[in-house]
Amino acid sequence: MSAIADTLPRPLPLWLRAVLSHAILAILLVIYPLIVPDFWAFQIGGQSLFLGVISLSLMFLGGYGGMVSLAQMTVAGVAGYLIAIVGGNSLNFGLMWPWWAAVPVAIAGGTMAATLIGAISARTTGIYTIMITIAIAMAFFYLAQQNYTLFNGHSGFASILPPQVFGIDWRAPIPFYFMSLAVAVLSYAIVLYLSRSTFGIALQGIRDNARRMRALGFNVTAHRIAAYAIAGFIASLGGILLAWFNSRISPGTVDTGPIFEVLIIAVLGGMRHPVGPFLGAVIFVLLGTFAIDFIDRERFNTLIGACFLAIVLFSPDGVLGLWGRFMALIDRAGAANNMLQRPIGDEDGIQPAAIGRLIPGRK
Amino acid sequence: MRHKLLGGALPLAVAAGLLFAGSARAEDTLKIGVLATFEGPFAILGEDSLRGANMAFKEHNMMAGGKKLEIITGSSDASPESAIKAARKLVEQDKVDILIGPLSGDEGLAMRDYAKTQPQMTFINGTSAAEPTTLVDPAPNFFRFTTDGVQWMAGLGTYAYETKGYKKVVTIGEDYSYPYTQVKGFMIEFCKAGGHVVDKFWTPLGTKDYSSIVASIPEDIDAIYVALGGADAINFLTQYEQAGGTKPLIGGSITVDQSVLSAKGKRRDYLLGTPSAGPLADNWDNPKWKAFVAAYKQSDAKAFNSPTLFSHGYYIEATAMMQALDAVNGDLSDGHKKFRDALATQTVDTPTGPVHLDHNRNAIGDEFLTEIAAGEDGNLYNKVIKVIPQVNQTLGVSEEEYIKTGQPSREAPACP
Repeated sequence: MSAIADTLPRPLPLWLRAVLSHAILAILLVIYPLIVPDFWAFQIGGQSLFLGVISLSLMFLGGYGGMVSLAQMTVAGVAGYLIAIVGGNSLNFGLMWPWWAAVPVAIAGGTMAATLIGAISARTTGIYTIMITIAIAMAFFYLAQQNYTLFNGHSGFASILPPQVFGIDWRAPIPFYFMSLAVAVLSYAIVLYLSRSTFGIALQGIRDNARRMRALGFNVTAHRIAAYAIAGFIASLGGILLAWFNSRISPGTVDTGPIFEVLIIAVLGGMRHPVGPFLGAVIFVLLGTFAIDFIDRERFNTLIGACFLAIVLFSPDGVLGLWGRFMALIDRAGAANNMLQRPIGDEDGIQPAAIGRLIPGRK
Repeated sequence: MRHKLLGGALPLAVAAGLLFAGSARAEDTLKIGVLATFEGPFAILGEDSLRGANMAFKEHNMMAGGKKLEIITGSSDASPESAIKAARKLVEQDKVDILIGPLSGDEGLAMRDYAKTQPQMTFINGTSAAEPTTLVDPAPNFFRFTTDGVQWMAGLGTYAYETKGYKKVVTIGEDYSYPYTQVKGFMIEFCKAGGHVVDKFWTPLGTKDYSSIVASIPEDIDAIYVALGGADAINFLTQYEQAGGTKPLIGGSITVDQSVLSAKGKRRDYLLGTPSAGPLADNWDNPKWKAFVAAYKQSDAKAFNSPTLFSHGYYIEATAMMQALDAVNGDLSDGHKKFRDALATQTVDTPTGPVHLDHNRNAIGDEFLTEIAAGEDGNLYNKVIKVIPQVNQTLGVSEEEYIKTGQPSREAPACP
């Protein structure tokens, strides 16, 4: 934040706003499942949270690293398949380990798969990254579809259930919601922290100008692969929740539809702040669930598509962008004399001062 | 930047607004959920299934048991996950009294498990035809008035062995539960009669290139049993014929449809005499069936020339539900007990013969054995050879013995 902005008159200091808005959000999120029916806690709340987590992993890669990977659902799928194979399923196939062993294995496996995907695609940029990651994603889909010794082909695995720990059934609506909320908060905190760390700033530098960062002595490829690994960790967390939510996993989970849904959610919500994917997920789940009630059953996918189109058309940076503009209007009304209002949209770019901090000997 | 975090409150407010929408309910109305595939690969079939259900509802003037029926539709994309999500919404949010659906096999298995978690509700099948749905660990509140994929094959194995004289066959089908079930239904009778299935080929759904399979079909067989459907069936038949294949065919329930029957030239002669079996036959010469076909064609401008298995199935399920509701005067107040008793004991008079349920709440009904023949106008059609009355789920074998053959899979059953 530049010094000029900090000296301007503001209704509230930025840090206080952040604390207040986080506190309000936290209270709402904790109260929400207690006041709504189970359907809303589980299917709307829980689902939005873990879909948000998977999309958050794409937001981290795309928003801070400039790498649009379409293999994030694949990574989630790898973790989902691992939790089924290692942790037990209806076929009694696999290792049947207890949850405290199966969950770390699934997360480690998903993270490793993501690192591998990163190693393959980190030297590409732009549309080529999209092409390579979608090729990997489709390869995994067909592997899962046609392999029977490990993936059980088209049917996949059923009865993948979360454990009963502390006497609580974690698949019951409210416990599942809070488990998803805990994972979402953890992932959100990781991304928020990393975005401000030296690593995150360097990643944003690489996004904006990889050649300059390389010239400054940064190992661009290593940074990118590390970003893939971190995103893979987050996507794996979401993938395990996804498998537990559906209580099953099959090739359909990692097919083209779900692969693009992750991107749609991230773009809908906005890629500028880690809260974006969660907003996108809430809108996505609400539309997906209720569009059929508002319009003819043959047309409800048109309504969903039109809503997505409208959001992206009127706000290229998703719901976050709309909200940003809305808040800016309020700010302008509140401080009409503030002529030096920063334009919306400059915050996500790397600050020149931040680059300066990374360069030895320059202050 | 940070104040945008308040955005989290906005969708929550929207959610709260939607939350209690639709919770009002009149005493003289029953809410019926109809779940079918309005998305994905079976979207066309899903629409036709709703056509069938709506035909039944309209015949009853949208009334059953003296109460008005309110129909709420739910959509899946044929995956079990989406079917359960849609069912949860209908049951837990829209609070339907009875749910009809789903359309496809894997969805049905998932619905059986979901039904167990909602014991206060009654679930009636759509057209899902996987065998274990009602045979293995069935749900006490799940009723299926359509027969399953094994039952549809009734008579075919015996006919192929005894009348056609096929002793050794290979099978080819898509690699998922429905073709497994069909192959099992064919093999139960065929193996019992003394036939041998020397090899089974499984291909992924939507395969375009069958050359490797065509090349590996052995020479010393008498026929090929094809359980493929839609474009897969056309692609396989074309490539097999072009490769010079001459072995006769045996068809599954959805293999021989109009697109196969419209073949011309050499393939036309080659298809003549291909037997198949299923729960309905387009050209069955029966007044009730003909009346049903005529009513179907009039029901909707977009209806096909003849009802599909899906409109037929949903029509039967919806009719069965309303007949039971009439029998109990729409009274569900005792936790659906009387209604379920009525469902379990009634006989439904359908366009394809009477249907009643066994102790697993699976349908016992008539099946049709057909064979491709040339009509007077020279066009090919499925000629009804035989109606096999009242086929049960285990094809006449005792349940204990039948379960020993194993759940339908890539390997089971086997008689090489």
